[in-house]
Amino acid sequence: MEKDILPIFPDKTGALIWKDIREFKLKYNIPLGKISRFFEGLKEGVIYATKCKRCGKIYFPPQADCPYCRTSDVEWIKLSGEGKLLTFSIINVKPTTFSHYQDYAIGICELKEGVRIFTWIRTNEPNKLKVGMKIKIKVVKREPEGYLIYEGFPEE
Amino acid sequence: MKRVAIIGGAYTKFGKRVDVTFTELAWEAIKEAMEDAGISQEDIEFASIASFEHWSSESSPAASILEYAGLNPVEAFKVESACSSGSAAVKAAYMAIASGEAKIAIAIGIEKMFEMTTPDVVEMLGRIGNYFWEFQNFGPSFVGYYALYATAYMNRYGATEDDLGKVAVKNHYYASFNPKAQFPRKITLEDHKKSPYIAYPLRLLDCSPITDGAAAVVLASEDVARKFTDSPVWIRAIAGATASSNLSRREDFLSIPSARIAAERAYRKAKIDLDKPYKQIDVAEVHDCFTIAEILAYEDLRFAERGNGFKLIRDEQTYIGGRIPVNLSGGLKAKGHPIGATGISMFVEIRDQLLQRVESSRQAPINNGIALAHNVGGTGHYVFVSVLSLEKW
Repeated sequence: MEKDILPIFPDKTGALIWKDIREFKLKYNIPLGKISRFFEGLKEGVIYATKCKRCGKIYFPPQADCPYCRTSDVEWIKLSGEGKLLTFSIINVKPTTFSHYQDYAIGICELKEGVRIFTWIRTNEPNKLKVGMKIKIKVVKREPEGYLIYEGFPEE
Repeated sequence: MKRVAIIGGAYTKFGKRVDVTFTELAWEAIKEAMEDAGISQEDIEFASIASFEHWSSESSPAASILEYAGLNPVEAFKVESACSSGSAAVKAAYMAIASGEAKIAIAIGIEKMFEMTTPDVVEMLGRIGNYFWEFQNFGPSFVGYYALYATAYMNRYGATEDDLGKVAVKNHYYASFNPKAQFPRKITLEDHKKSPYIAYPLRLLDCSPITDGAAAVVLASEDVARKFTDSPVWIRAIAGATASSNLSRREDFLSIPSARIAAERAYRKAKIDLDKPYKQIDVAEVHDCFTIAEILAYEDLRFAERGNGFKLIRDEQTYIGGRIPVNLSGGLKAKGHPIGATGISMFVEIRDQLLQRVESSRQAPINNGIALAHNVGGTGHYVFVSVLSLEKW
């Protein structure tokens, strides 16, 4: 095939592949007006959940509606950030948009308030991660992007 | 409600199918399934198409496939439930016939994942969880999601990485007899142990691969099934259930709640004993996207008590001759996992098992004429459990 005339290239096996001419970036605009208090909280260093005023159910991730009571009458409550690690993994093979980070640990923590949080667990010693260990969830600046997010830190 | 039979089915060679386009690959499966059923396009009144599609260039796959396969103007649409899209498509076709709207319908599943780079496929799979609260900031790979289950399960019950490896060894063993499998070759426990971690504690050989593949089944109403075949295989139940998008909202990480519910619904509908279902079921295909998922499936399907699933594989009870043979096709692990095609290929497999027409080295003894397929979308966001039977009960 003449590469300068057609975008056709043989792959390793010799199969002929048309290299797509069209390329575009995927980046969504995600509205969050109804839960903006949560993001105000991050600026104060606080992690908020919502609580249904009618049934008392606490929602994390926070949500503006309690579907069981069919009400939007929810209040914002501060989470202690104190919890324990329920499970974890270390991501070695990373998605494209996470390829610039070192291998990272993900985990699910249960907080004192009973809610669970899916987050990164920051540690220099991933071998020492253990189910049941104490974790403190804190608001930190995620680099290199430089935006605020919550992450978990082992307390032992 | 009309009873529904499978009268034809096929899946393509799974693997890196750079020898064909998206529509050519779909046609391979459609053509073989139609020939198996002895029908032509004019007989088909409804088509459902399963494809997750984000990795390949055709963004309205149903339309492209229907045109290429000469199926216009058949009524059709795409269904999607992540990795269980194939079972969802069979359910749509099943409902079209059960309701009396159609006499003959086809469910088609396809995925062409090699049109994208591996990191981009890892990205798209990771996004199957909750995008905003999980993926956006914490970048779980899909392996990572199941690794969370593996860590919790191993910690709670004392299962080991070797137990996980034994699932891969079994499924590769049976894949070695299945020429359509992506990896028709055996592996050893040592190979598993030496393979690198993808998401601790899951290694490369705990994971199903990126796969191109297509599958199709032709369903018929009890009114017409016997006009086309002497050996219809009946869909006794195809039952679904769902669970939370955010993994953090699950009760625990030891079991897939939606799989337990779907199994219970399927067993009740198919009149399978809930205490010891494995006594009635001759053979099962389960969703082993990762080795831990097969162990969870043993428990969720009640082949083993909660916390004892790993002992089934440790004792080789899911080989032929054991308590219940599982994934004699090679499973997702070694047969391959072309997302939308996977569930449909399970139906093809267990039908072929019931008709005793698979390669003899991987043919289960068929005593009761009942087989099961368990197909999980996401980490249990959607689950379908289906029961096929030789007898029109």
